[in-house]
Amino acid sequence: MIEFTDVHVRLGRRDVLSGITLSLTERRVGVVGANGSGKSTLARLINGLAMPTSGTVTVLGHDTRRHAARIRREVGFLFTDPDAQIVMPTVAEDVAFSLRRKGLSAAEVADRVEQVLSRHGLADHADHPAHQLSGGQKQLLALCSVLVLEPRILIMDEPTTLLDLRHSRVVAELLAELPQQVVVVTHDLGLLDSFDRVLVLDEGRIVADGLPSSAIDHYRKLMS
Amino acid sequence: MIGIYVPGDSLLHHLPAWAKVLGLVVSCTVLVLLGSLAALAGFSAFVAILYVVSGVGFTAAWAQIRPLRWFALVLFVMQFVLMGLDTAVVSTLRIVLAVALAGLVTLTTRFADMMTFFERCFGPLRGVGVDPFRVSLLLSLTVRSVPVISALATRVREAQRARGVSWSMRAFAIPLVVSALRHADALGEALSARGLDD
Ligand SMILES: Nc1ncnc2c1ncn2[C@@H]1O[C@H](COP(=O)(O)OP(=O)(O)O)[C@@H](O)[C@H]1O
Ligand SMILES: [Mg+2]
Repeated sequence: MIEFTDVHVRLGRRDVLSGITLSLTERRVGVVGANGSGKSTLARLINGLAMPTSGTVTVLGHDTRRHAARIRREVGFLFTDPDAQIVMPTVAEDVAFSLRRKGLSAAEVADRVEQVLSRHGLADHADHPAHQLSGGQKQLLALCSVLVLEPRILIMDEPTTLLDLRHSRVVAELLAELPQQVVVVTHDLGLLDSFDRVLVLDEGRIVADGLPSSAIDHYRKLMS
Repeated sequence: MIGIYVPGDSLLHHLPAWAKVLGLVVSCTVLVLLGSLAALAGFSAFVAILYVVSGVGFTAAWAQIRPLRWFALVLFVMQFVLMGLDTAVVSTLRIVLAVALAGLVTLTTRFADMMTFFERCFGPLRGVGVDPFRVSLLLSLTVRSVPVISALATRVREAQRARGVSWSMRAFAIPLVVSALRHADALGEALSARGLDD
């Protein structure tokens, strides 16, 4: 459950988001909009990476302004560029790194890492250097490192923008299977077909909000 | 820190990190004390056997020594001219062997194990305000950033070639620094998102 109440974000002299009031309860929520329309800012508000200038964002009942650290434990975030998310030299180590501060035993950590890697087809690469993976595999690794923490909500900011068609499909299929609530910012409109709700942003305001078909229609008209 | 872990099941892979670092310190001390050609030849055989036992393969072994080849050559020639053949062979071999041994430690030790070891070493410094976790995180980010930054450098160079720009240090350095800073920024944000900044 994600709630925005009259949220404004001002960065420098620019109103990046204005008057956003939303309640997101659907399991699959898409966000589309032109470059610079405020999509990333909206996504970053949800896990407390960005803060509203005025108004409040509440996630799972907690105000992001007061409980940012706690919310980040419940909300996973996948960025566009996997190279910026992978911090350890090899695949298994990077996933294990997420669990460092969980106080698990070495055996438990190894177990969880192994599970998440094999579920997403990376088990054979456990000891590979991360820089030798393909772009798609890197994005999968970044996702594994987020999923191993079992977040209740997952935010993705253009997760397929740097991927080829095949790897975009892999991410799309994976997305369909995830049990948690997912909010995805994307330019890949096909990805949104099966979504429950799509928001269209334009210059920091929500200009359409509804089922994928109608929202995407609105977005196409806006862009033409 | 160029060597990256090569998975394996050898005795060396199973030894704890501290034992390997200790072994490295002891071997390097022995190496300094050995003065005769015969002793060094024996030591070389010892290092070669360790490499065979580790099963890391020839390519990985060569990758440890390769960056050293020009330096070793210059050193050898200088020593040869100044001190004669025996001394030149002994001192060059010493350095090559020490690097080979250090490389073997990195090749057979998972980075995370090395980090845990470093964290323990830095543990006593906690009292004076050093956070061992941060120190080892810094180390791992450094290792992880080498391939990322070198890929950025390649991209910048290619972009310039594509535009037909002739080589200029400034035209290379500025976009590289900008993209490296942008990368650092994104990395910091990703660390926060993973809840690792508190
Ligand atoms: N730190 C910042 N300072 C000033 N302006 C910013 C900052 N971050 C983003 N912006 C501006 O906010 C607007 C929205 O950015 P963003 O949320 O990243 O859009 P999107 O993800 O839809 O492309 C852009 O015009 C951008 O230039
Ligand atoms: Mg964006």
